[in-house]
Amino acid sequence: MADLSADFVGIKSPNPFWLASAPPTDKEYNVRRAFEAGWGGVVWKTLGEAGPPVVNVNGPRYGAIWGADRRLLGLNNIELITDRPLEVNLREIKAVKRDYPDRALVVSLMVPCEEEAWKRILPLVEETGADGVELNFGCPHGMSERGMGSAVGQVPEYIEMVTRWVKQNTRMPCIVKLTPNITDVRRPAEAAHRGGADAVSLINTINSITSVDLDLFAPEPTIDGKGAHGGYCGPAVKPIALNMVAEIARNPETANLPISGIGGVTTWRDAAEFMALGAGNVQVCTAAMTYGFKIVQEMITGLGQWMDEKGHDSIDAIVGRAVPNCSDWQNLNLNYITKARISQEDCIKCGRCYAACEDTSHQAISMSEDRTFEVIDEECVACNLCVNVCPVEGCITMEELAPGATDLRTGKVVEATPADWTTHPNNPARVAAE
Amino acid sequence: MDATATPGIEAGRLSPEDYAKNFSDLHPAYDAHEAQVAADRCYFCHDAPCITACPTDIDIPLFIRQIATGAELAAADTILSQNILGGMCARVCPTETLCEEACVREAAEGKPVEIGRLQRHATDTLMATGRHPFTRAAATGKTVAVVGAGPAGLACAHRLAMHGHDVTLYDARPKGGGLNEYGIASYKTVDGFAQAELDWLLEIGGITLKTGTALGSDLTLDGLLGEHDAVFLGMGLGGVNALRAEGEGKAGVEDAVDFIARLRQADDLATVPVGKRVVVIGGGMTAVDAAVQAKLLGAQDVAMVYRRGRDAMGASRFEQDLAASKGVRIVFNAQPVKVEGNGAATGVVFERTASGPDGLVATGETFVIEADQVLKAIGQRLDGTPDGLTLAGNKIAVDGPGRTSHDRVWAGGDCAAGGEDLTVTAVAEGRDAAEDIHAKLMGKG
Repeated sequence: MADLSADFVGIKSPNPFWLASAPPTDKEYNVRRAFEAGWGGVVWKTLGEAGPPVVNVNGPRYGAIWGADRRLLGLNNIELITDRPLEVNLREIKAVKRDYPDRALVVSLMVPCEEEAWKRILPLVEETGADGVELNFGCPHGMSERGMGSAVGQVPEYIEMVTRWVKQNTRMPCIVKLTPNITDVRRPAEAAHRGGADAVSLINTINSITSVDLDLFAPEPTIDGKGAHGGYCGPAVKPIALNMVAEIARNPETANLPISGIGGVTTWRDAAEFMALGAGNVQVCTAAMTYGFKIVQEMITGLGQWMDEKGHDSIDAIVGRAVPNCSDWQNLNLNYITKARISQEDCIKCGRCYAACEDTSHQAISMSEDRTFEVIDEECVACNLCVNVCPVEGCITMEELAPGATDLRTGKVVEATPADWTTHPNNPARVAAE
Repeated sequence: MDATATPGIEAGRLSPEDYAKNFSDLHPAYDAHEAQVAADRCYFCHDAPCITACPTDIDIPLFIRQIATGAELAAADTILSQNILGGMCARVCPTETLCEEACVREAAEGKPVEIGRLQRHATDTLMATGRHPFTRAAATGKTVAVVGAGPAGLACAHRLAMHGHDVTLYDARPKGGGLNEYGIASYKTVDGFAQAELDWLLEIGGITLKTGTALGSDLTLDGLLGEHDAVFLGMGLGGVNALRAEGEGKAGVEDAVDFIARLRQADDLATVPVGKRVVVIGGGMTAVDAAVQAKLLGAQDVAMVYRRGRDAMGASRFEQDLAASKGVRIVFNAQPVKVEGNGAATGVVFERTASGPDGLVATGETFVIEADQVLKAIGQRLDGTPDGLTLAGNKIAVDGPGRTSHDRVWAGGDCAAGGEDLTVTAVAEGRDAAEDIHAKLMGKG
């Protein structure tokens, strides 16, 4: 089987699957069980300053949205950083790292935006033998109201400043965890890079209200009739996270900055996608919170099988492979023409493609008396909506028209040479052809 | 001695627990979670095949989506606005040959969305509220006689009452409900549902139910036409076809519908006699209902004998499998020749048949099945057709929405020609006739 071991900023783990800083990594009992289940590493749930521990709400901490069969698609939380005493966490971290030297153990930290606070906590962490620190500049609820978490992550200057303090005060690798609650994720990543971060990890959770209790007229999760926004995660946020990872990976300023990919990783395939977009490893939380630690076994074996099938012999062989193909809309080939094709053999005649196309798109699917659905090439713009709404995977596909064929919608012959918007005659800012 | 081994036709073959177990709900109601999981499977098809397959055209994807989103009462309204007996149809429809056969998930996975049980979930939820969801329009001053308080008559009466007409609903039996009350297998409609649904339906108001009043003896069509603006005939099929086999008059031989009616009306199943060995002759739903219930009452051997092959059988494959699972032996391609016995039946002589180019032919090969009870389920026929109405075959001829040859008389359900003899078909015919009567009475026809 392919070698799944990962070396992320010098931190080694037997596989690239880490548990993210979150409830699953809040204590020794959990982390030992996670390592026994096969997780390659953990980022210990965020530690705060010494002193009276953080308090949490005593009502619901989570809200969720579900897909078919009540499959959990999105999870929202209003939990704060660890509410256990600092010394207890440090003692447990040390014990776990001693017993699992081959696993990655990174400690997430969040202390006030003062250098002294960082100077106080870093040596304590270093003393545990932990492999590195992750700076929590992401949590969007509770701690941000106190000037920490995303309140730092939303100001690139603060990110750079705090990262610099950390690098000056510890020998440990420093990962900066970014918040997605900003307009352009490249700016905080650049700031972390300037501050000397060894890597960034993203995304942290997204500001969210998952639902509204229609009897109480209150956001959920509801605490005594009131609700506050929480942090959203799980499969629903994966597309947002993938884009942000890719943005950083293809930004020339941060192109060589290692990335730990986070956001809705639920299967080996999700992990492979993050890594293809430049993540050196992935961190998982919601999937473990939904199904338990055992899912890592599917992730390890699935990734291994895929790598074997494709001939990728190590993690390095896949990391960043999709980055060169991340482009801008203006560069997409307008001469690439496809048409939807419906496999009559696979079609179950539900008619959803027809309803979608007829009501909301281009009236490019016909329906016969006996419920045969066919694509009208003269109308099909290849939007892919029919593929997306079809309940049978693979029943509708997009077929490329070969150069020389005629696109019946436009009447034009498909050209072999690519052409994009930058040179299109309708573009007033087009680059003149030589 | 094991009471199931007692010879002859005897009551009390089983313990009270066994009766209760055997006659429990065939398709128990969903709980809320089961309903959510089942509803979740619907794809909300465009112009859905299940709707086309439903004789009453219920908007099935819509009501399932309403269930899925927690709006069961709205789902019930979607169902009941098309089919006021949606609760009974959810229980008794052969969904495996109607909506569920057409479900695209049957094509996709061989496992359709369980539409019947979902429909029951919605209608049961509504009926549990005690609310009747329809109100009457302003009174029109018109009166309509509806003959037969079975599915066709009830659907017709309800729709007419809703439009503001006054309806007198006549039925020959002591109770209304028709086959819902007297004719369907007990395990499909437990806990007195037929009567409960009838009572609930009548809450619309404007319907006067007169039971024990039969057309032909107590009423005449001319008399009804003299008192009412229109007449709907939905009295079903009162007669049973004869076996035309020797010895048909022996003790122990009776019509399956009478056996089922007796069972349905029994307060205590332990009082219903059943043979040790029972032969049911026929291949339709009534034959299955009789055979299965005979077995469930404690008969030791039950054979269901049908003169043609499996494919020609009126009972669906689901019904056949149900019968087999309860221990009923199904014999194909055999027709009765003679009932044996000295006074009381002891067995039936059958002759093998074969399907040939000229139809069914007897092969001359005979065999005997021992039986102390013989139930005839070879079809029913119209009994006592009112004079002056044109017949088609041996049923009342109808055109379009139940129009007979008399311009103020409509007909629907089993007594009318055309359509399958199903509860749901009868409901559709009764409803459509009511709309046509309404249009005619209001001068829009």
